[in-house]
Amino acid sequence: MDYYDNEDNENLEIMLLLEAMNAKYGYDFRNYAKASIKRRIRHRMSIAGIKKITEVIERVIYDREFFIELLGDFSISTTEMFRDPSFFQALRKSIFPALQHLPFIKIWVAGCSTGEEVYSIAIMLKEENLSDKTMIYATDYSDKSLSAAKEGVFSIKSVKQYASNYNDAGGIQSFSNYFTAKGDVAVIDKSLRHNVVFSIHNLASDGVFGEMNIILCRNVLIYFNRELQNKVFDLFTKSLEEGGFLCLGSKETIRLSPFSGNYDEVLNDEKIYKRNTRPVSYSQKIDNNPVVTPEFVTKGGELIRAMKSKIEELDCLISGVQGKGGV
Amino acid sequence: MRRYEAVVIGASAGGLDALKTLLTHLPNDFSLPIAVVLHLHRNTKGELINVLQKGTRLNVNYAQDKKRIQKGYLYIAPPDYHLLIEDDKTLSLSVDEPVNYSRPSIDVLFESASDAFREHVIGIILTGANRDGSMGLKRIKERGGTAIVENPQSAEYSEMPLAAIAETQSDYILDVDEIARKIYELLGGEKCKTF
Repeated sequence: MDYYDNEDNENLEIMLLLEAMNAKYGYDFRNYAKASIKRRIRHRMSIAGIKKITEVIERVIYDREFFIELLGDFSISTTEMFRDPSFFQALRKSIFPALQHLPFIKIWVAGCSTGEEVYSIAIMLKEENLSDKTMIYATDYSDKSLSAAKEGVFSIKSVKQYASNYNDAGGIQSFSNYFTAKGDVAVIDKSLRHNVVFSIHNLASDGVFGEMNIILCRNVLIYFNRELQNKVFDLFTKSLEEGGFLCLGSKETIRLSPFSGNYDEVLNDEKIYKRNTRPVSYSQKIDNNPVVTPEFVTKGGELIRAMKSKIEELDCLISGVQGKGGV
Repeated sequence: MRRYEAVVIGASAGGLDALKTLLTHLPNDFSLPIAVVLHLHRNTKGELINVLQKGTRLNVNYAQDKKRIQKGYLYIAPPDYHLLIEDDKTLSLSVDEPVNYSRPSIDVLFESASDAFREHVIGIILTGANRDGSMGLKRIKERGGTAIVENPQSAEYSEMPLAAIAETQSDYILDVDEIARKIYELLGGEKCKTF
């Protein structure tokens, strides 16, 4: 019977640890799926030589550095550029054309981690000549991940894998054109970042983002429990334009949530759903923190305007050069 | 007689054949939920499900995130995702880093299963050419669960069974068809049908 007692104590300790992380630092993992969280806590314990979760709680409260390490463990998830090539192909072939007519396209990559999918989308937008009128909002709760995303530095080995994904996804360029090799790493072409705004946003606690045409959130919801999943679906539904597209990971679905009726099937195999005009019938007591939208979106708009004037300048320059019989 | 709630199985190289053999030898009235990590190529599609479905009455499916595990079902970890079992007996998927160079990893499934079921789970390691699963099986055993390993001498690849045996005192080391009989016996099926 010892097992039961130990087990219950451990679950109690985990609950207290997550409470402490939320109360002290405002990072709310209380509604994350527990099995993965447990693995990550144990991983940190074995590195730090800690035997009991109770000690982890103490370290988290009194040792900020330790907390940051643990937070880093919690935010580890792996992703690739063009992971699930058929999904990106579908995005390019079926979804982008549907947005072509819009004067402005807004894409939110929620839980962007280290930016692999952000750049995948940026590359496709460029190739489809949509970059100039598109803004990508890339958000994550981890500033460490966001910094890495902004850097856009990848190992040569992973870029090789990404290249094969890119080709399978219907890429039309030589993938290496988007990188500069520096030793054993490859740095992403900086121009791909021009229409990307990186920002801290925590899906577990932060609010709505306005009027998105595409929300991409892949392999993030699997880490949440049902309750948090529903809360996030509510957030997405409020943040999407009517007719906007919600893209989930290949093992995620909106069909088991109360928001199922608000989305039409576009490509079920690829988990791409279209927000229909039906009003949301599901109501839940959700205490969304103050909306992040206005300032952030304005920032995006300013960037787009700045970009446009840059492009016009360049056009002038180019035509000037051409006028003088240049290249 | 101990009450079992689930069976977890890990298999790698040669694992598909071993798993088919195991399933065809299970009695018709076997209904405990089974969760399986079979190391697969990441582009594996649905054929695997059909192949396995042919040999069993259990409903064979790729595991779906957040689904409650049920009697009469066999859940396969989808390619390129870890499969975990939560304490509330629902399934979780993750894209955490590979463990033992593997995703899905047997250790990840087994460790979560030992948390969720404690002594009420049977862990089985079948053929394979790596060491995944040995730590997970050890954990199942430590929590009072039952550990079964395929006989390395008859397994198509012996490395994985040998690693598991080296890591933990397994309860049974058996050929695949005998494993099926042993499970039935553990569940109290003394009438022991002809399989």
